[in-house]
Amino acid sequence: MLAMALKELRQLARDRRTVAMMIVLPVVLLVVFGYAARFDIDKVPTIVAGPAAEEAASNVPSRMDVIATHPEWGRDQAIDALRRAQATVVVIADPQHPAVLVDGANLFGAQSVLRALAANPSLPKAEVLFNPDLATSFVMVPALMGLVLVFIGTIVTSLGVVRERQSGTLEQLAVMPFRPRDVFLGKVLPYFGVAIVDLVIVVVAGLWIFGVPFSGAPWIFAIGALLFLFVALGMGVLISTVSQNQGQAIQLAMMTLLPQILLSGMIFPLDSMAIGVRWIGYLLPLTYFVQIARGVMIRAAPFDALLVPMGMLLLLGVIVFGLSVLRFQRDLAPSGTGSRHRRSEAEASA
Amino acid sequence: MIASRGRLPEDRTTGWGLDRVTVRFGRLTALERVSLGVGAGAVTAVIGADAAGKTTLLRVLVGAVRPSEGRVRRPEKRQVGYMSAGSGTYGDLTVDENLAFAARAYGLSRGVARSRIGELLDRTDLMAARRRLAGLLSGGMRQKLALAVAIVHEPELVVLDEPTTGVDPVSRAELWRLIAELAAAGTAVLMATTYVDEAERAGSVLVLLRGRPLALGTPEEIRRAVPGELYELGGRIDDWRAWRRAGRWRVWSPDGRAPEGARLIEPDLEDGLVMAQLAYEASQPEVAA
Repeated sequence: MLAMALKELRQLARDRRTVAMMIVLPVVLLVVFGYAARFDIDKVPTIVAGPAAEEAASNVPSRMDVIATHPEWGRDQAIDALRRAQATVVVIADPQHPAVLVDGANLFGAQSVLRALAANPSLPKAEVLFNPDLATSFVMVPALMGLVLVFIGTIVTSLGVVRERQSGTLEQLAVMPFRPRDVFLGKVLPYFGVAIVDLVIVVVAGLWIFGVPFSGAPWIFAIGALLFLFVALGMGVLISTVSQNQGQAIQLAMMTLLPQILLSGMIFPLDSMAIGVRWIGYLLPLTYFVQIARGVMIRAAPFDALLVPMGMLLLLGVIVFGLSVLRFQRDLAPSGTGSRHRRSEAEASA
Repeated sequence: MIASRGRLPEDRTTGWGLDRVTVRFGRLTALERVSLGVGAGAVTAVIGADAAGKTTLLRVLVGAVRPSEGRVRRPEKRQVGYMSAGSGTYGDLTVDENLAFAARAYGLSRGVARSRIGELLDRTDLMAARRRLAGLLSGGMRQKLALAVAIVHEPELVVLDEPTTGVDPVSRAELWRLIAELAAAGTAVLMATTYVDEAERAGSVLVLLRGRPLALGTPEEIRRAVPGELYELGGRIDDWRAWRRAGRWRVWSPDGRAPEGARLIEPDLEDGLVMAQLAYEASQPEVAA
């Protein structure tokens, strides 16, 4: 038994990633849960609109953080601001038609506001838009769609290059007349096709089983989803290029999933997180997909309101694509490719 | 390089090949000033023990490893065929699909690919197994498939990394027939091997020892170039460098002096390689234990 335990310990000590995961992960989990796992939102972004906006701004409950006042706005502009996620609440300070409009897509923010308003009867009754019953499924299902896609996409794709490395076919690819970007795109495209089928299934199931609304334009959702898939699958390929075997690849893929579940705003609102961990969320693709999916499906957000998350996904995609191609360059084309190979080549160095 | 008894050229730089190539991986020198010519219409063999640098040499020639120093002469990428030591075929694709992938990767048109694949399946006797998954083929069949994949685009230079290692004798003979046909058709073939009998069939042989070129020439030239004499004895004698072959002992005499009771014999390539290695080790400064 001792011999077995010693052998196991030796093998474990050689697998540095597993050791690192066993030691680092509990600490990371504790810190992340500690700082990120909060449902309470202390400050809810609020816009005060209407002719009496300036006076009303100083009278709102302290939990509502007034970020702007717009005396010229009416109800339509207020709803548009919520649709664009510029604030969670708009207080319309109009003596004729006073109103407090709350974005129901921001579940925890809305609940926080409703509690604050209940303690302050001088303000009009809140009107919850987009998700009047504050149904959890309306908020969670769009985010879960992203999680399912990133889960399947990253893990399955992460095995792609590792399989080539383990079977010795990567060497063969290195000699074939492929450019690194051809290999990256060739690897990603088939999974992309499968992931799109997955996406359609997940969306249809989400709408049908959970009755989640799809209020916005499908084309905006499609663009966001494709950008998101590109990043998720690209991450899989990148993981694959830095892993020596399938076990390592899955381990790394899982390690990218955990922060996405905890820090993307899918479960815990980004606004309630300590800034020390919140910035990690801004580096994760799921964060932006959650914003796009909730924006389009629940709030019917217009395209220009989602330019930031779309742009961030594009940026992340370019970074992941660039890094993957660089890694492929190392594996596949140490002696250079392209025009140098068109004719017989002579390679010399000092 | 071993001291030459016959006339052995320093390096042969005809056709494709390497000129004074050195490869370093960090502090490890995998190849040191290796030169080798790989001529068209001939088979060139690289022979050496495990970790001698054979695979690195092959990978340098095909462009998968960049040399730290020296010069590599190879045709454009589409004119190189490479069979890696791990066979390099996809176990979860069929024989046909493996060949079709390689044909497409090298830009063969559909029609050309179809006729070329048919021809290769005939030549390799894999026609009956064309729909079988490569992972389910026997070792010999899988190596023949790997060779077919490497030559599907009719390259000018074919580089084979131990194509017959772990293969049964019948399949080995078939692989050799295919390799000889390639050379006869004008292809430049470079292969790594650990089998001396295979190296003996090659037109020229490079012997590697721990990344250094130990001998280069035709098998005959290498045999003739080894220094000293070779003797055969019925039993082992002390103070002589000896090795056992076919129940008898071979003794290398660097200065030609004959051990008592020994019979002078002509070395074959295997003896020549052992003698070359012994001569190399004798020429190295003693390292204190």
